[in-house]
Amino acid sequence: MGLSSSHAATLPASPAPSRSRVSPWPWLARGLLFAWLGLLVVLPLGTLVVYALADGPGAFLEALGAPYAAEALVLTLWTAALTAVLNAVTGTATAWVLVRYRFPGRNLVSGLVDLPFAIPTLVAGLMIVFLFGPQTPLGTWLDTVGLPIAFAPLGIVLALQFITLPFVVRAVEPVLMDLDPAEEEAAATLGAGLLFTFWRVLLPPLLPAIAGGTLQGFARALAEFGSIVVVSGNIPGRTLTASVFIFGEVEAGRNEVATAVCLVLLVLALLLQPAARALNRLAGASHVE
Amino acid sequence: MSSSKAPSRYDWPLRRVALLLGVLAWLGLLLVVPLIAMAWHVLDLGLGQAWHEMAESGASQALWRSVWLAVLAVVVNGALGVLAAIVLVRHRFPGRRLLDWMVDLPLAVSPVMIGLAYILVFGRGGLLEPLLLGTGWKVTFAWPGLVLGTVFVTIPFTTREVGHVLRELGTTEEQAAATLGASTWKTFWKVTLPNIRHGLTYGATLTMARSLGEFGAVMVLGGAIAGKTDTATVFIYAAMESRFEAASYGMALVLAALTMALLAFLKALQPSSPEV
Amino acid sequence: MGIRVEHLSKRFGDFVAVDDVSFEIRHGELAALLGPSGGGKSTILRVISGLEQADGGRVVLEGDRVDHLDASARNVGFVFQHYALFRHMSVARNIGFGLEVRKVPRAERDARVRELIGLLGLEGLEHRLPSQLSGGQRQRVAVARSLAPRPRILLLDEPFSAVDAQVREELRRWLRRLHDELHVTSVFVTHDQEEAFSVADRVFVIRHGRLEQAGTPLEILDTPKTEFIARFVGDVNVLDGSVHGSNLHWGALVVPTLGHANGSPVRVVIRAYDMKFWRADPGMAVVERVLPLGDRVKVEARMDGAGPLFAQFPRRSSLLRGIEPGARIHVEITTARVYAMPGRDSAGNPTANGTKRTP
Repeated sequence: MGLSSSHAATLPASPAPSRSRVSPWPWLARGLLFAWLGLLVVLPLGTLVVYALADGPGAFLEALGAPYAAEALVLTLWTAALTAVLNAVTGTATAWVLVRYRFPGRNLVSGLVDLPFAIPTLVAGLMIVFLFGPQTPLGTWLDTVGLPIAFAPLGIVLALQFITLPFVVRAVEPVLMDLDPAEEEAAATLGAGLLFTFWRVLLPPLLPAIAGGTLQGFARALAEFGSIVVVSGNIPGRTLTASVFIFGEVEAGRNEVATAVCLVLLVLALLLQPAARALNRLAGASHVE
Repeated sequence: MSSSKAPSRYDWPLRRVALLLGVLAWLGLLLVVPLIAMAWHVLDLGLGQAWHEMAESGASQALWRSVWLAVLAVVVNGALGVLAAIVLVRHRFPGRRLLDWMVDLPLAVSPVMIGLAYILVFGRGGLLEPLLLGTGWKVTFAWPGLVLGTVFVTIPFTTREVGHVLRELGTTEEQAAATLGASTWKTFWKVTLPNIRHGLTYGATLTMARSLGEFGAVMVLGGAIAGKTDTATVFIYAAMESRFEAASYGMALVLAALTMALLAFLKALQPSSPEV
Repeated sequence: MGIRVEHLSKRFGDFVAVDDVSFEIRHGELAALLGPSGGGKSTILRVISGLEQADGGRVVLEGDRVDHLDASARNVGFVFQHYALFRHMSVARNIGFGLEVRKVPRAERDARVRELIGLLGLEGLEHRLPSQLSGGQRQRVAVARSLAPRPRILLLDEPFSAVDAQVREELRRWLRRLHDELHVTSVFVTHDQEEAFSVADRVFVIRHGRLEQAGTPLEILDTPKTEFIARFVGDVNVLDGSVHGSNLHWGALVVPTLGHANGSPVRVVIRAYDMKFWRADPGMAVVERVLPLGDRVKVEARMDGAGPLFAQFPRRSSLLRGIEPGARIHVEITTARVYAMPGRDSAGNPTANGTKRTP
């Protein structure tokens, strides 16, 4: 059980127990659940979609053309993408260290990896400001070497790194545990060096898990709000991400613009989610032999 | 086990050490050091000062509100989550995949987005406004809105965790109970529930941590009305904006400590792998 | 030439896995490292391959010292106990892996892979994944893979332990035939003495990290140096006692113990086929069970006032007439091996495991 519950995201049904007597309760239960989720999940999101497109696609596109809307979306996309790519590397390395190495404090470090799932995002943002902020020694030094964190896109990437840290790690760990170190030894006896072994023996089975975790992290990064609000300074056109932009528009009463941007994010999320789940299922399936 | 399984733990070539240190450094820099920096900042401002400011600005009410919301989320999503898990794992019916998809949806949605969506449905000029006007309930900028938002973001957790457990357990025990004449309710109460206790606790803890940390949705829905709809996270933000830094950071530290305690509890529930 | 191992030693923490082992395997020979589990034989194999580094000693392969070389530089073929096939690669790609590493051009690589597929009877399986193969097929792919880059030696770590008994038989015969065709210097590790004896040219018995005996299967069978080897190989009766005069008395049996001091503790090891029973009254023992084992029959008996005994006969042996549970029998020994037991002899000096044999 991992906090990201990455494998088998769809719950497959076991064969239903045969019931000779007709009992109403399963149907009642299902009805209740559909009503509950329909009211709480589908209705609001559906309303959002309808609202965004109520005046036709033209109005929708016009709303997207609002000041800083497009920039916000672009910023969100590239910071999330960069985060995802970085995560693929650091997450795999972290999973490798946690699974293959034995060192004192390993369990503690493993617990630490789940920290971003527990800590409120707002607090996470604050923590980063405390270390890398404009008044800190580290922050000012980074600024002088051309890597400003506060009020800069790099800060967003850093915050997102924190938030999405566990995804790749937790996705890769179980697959890594299933790998047979003997395969690597076999590769060595056949003359393969480290790099060749990594590339041809280790990476292929890990790829679905890495990709799945990366996509999950990407989707999560797109939706991030709390930590960015604190770290980025929310400078329109520079460090204003989509979520923060939406928030601002809602505050200002410009719901049409807000919903338009929401729709874009929603569509992206809806596309990414099944893709990530399929990859995770693929990763999970390949280690069942 | 043949000796080819585990890498010999007695050779630590340079590259191994380098990778280990690299990963630890990265994790430390990203996770640990900022935490320490925050604690240091609060201590620097003075714990007394922080305490004082927090008391002045209604921190305890805000915290209490957050805890209350978390408890509500645990109860509501706990009960419905178990129900959903059973229905999704044990039953087969048309629309099962759809239900499963609906359960997972909250994970994909940005909290600010759902806040806006709820406003469009339950807020002023919203879809269900006529209904609400009749009952006299206010959703947006009021407590019910906060509840809605918090419950929404925590929908998947219990369902998934209990679902995993149910799948692993299989139906043999329930079938045995049925052959012994137990009714559906009795079977659930006496057989299923005790078995999923662990998954339920796990899901509840996740729900609690997530609720405490929720920010975007409650900001939008609650309107951050001080003293009425501010939760702990909203308090942090508002206090910071009004330059009550000590209060803000103090509350941040409290939340961090609370959620880390929950994480530690979560880890204690899991069996750990052997150390060196 | 071949493989030479000199004063090899290896420890894991406090545990001494290999203790000053030296031996030589001739070029083109098929040798077996035989011994009980945990005795160090796999470790020796892995040290030879380079997967493990020895703490002391040297390894010389075909005349070249290789201690300083990594496994990937030794050009040694290794077949793992659980095959270790690359699970995401087809059979053909698995076999061709070693050639890919050496950047052999495609055409040549494919030709070699085809050659090995033919040699090992894997036709039709080229594009299958390891998960789609049976145990025996996987093992053959593992062997093919290790042979593809033409290694100078071939090492096999308990290659047949993970397959069914029947498949094991076939694979043993197949390995022997393969070796006869290719003549690659090969060493395999096993804890099954029947396997070692039926396949290898020479057998090296390894126990507690030490080499106990080296020789052809016949040599080890007929002249086991220590009582452990005598017991380990084949079904045996073990009689313990003390020397009385110049004999060991065990029930009604009298076993000559020339060369062992009076009063010293000895162990007598008698192979099941070196013991004879026949129906006699009053006899000296009683039959307890008669077990038909296919082409052999095992008879378990109890010597009056001493203990259990058993013997083995061919199915149609005339000696079996009248032998049934409860029957009285006479016992005779064809060959017994007498070993001094560790402890003290009658003079109070510690004795080592010696070897004495009485015809």
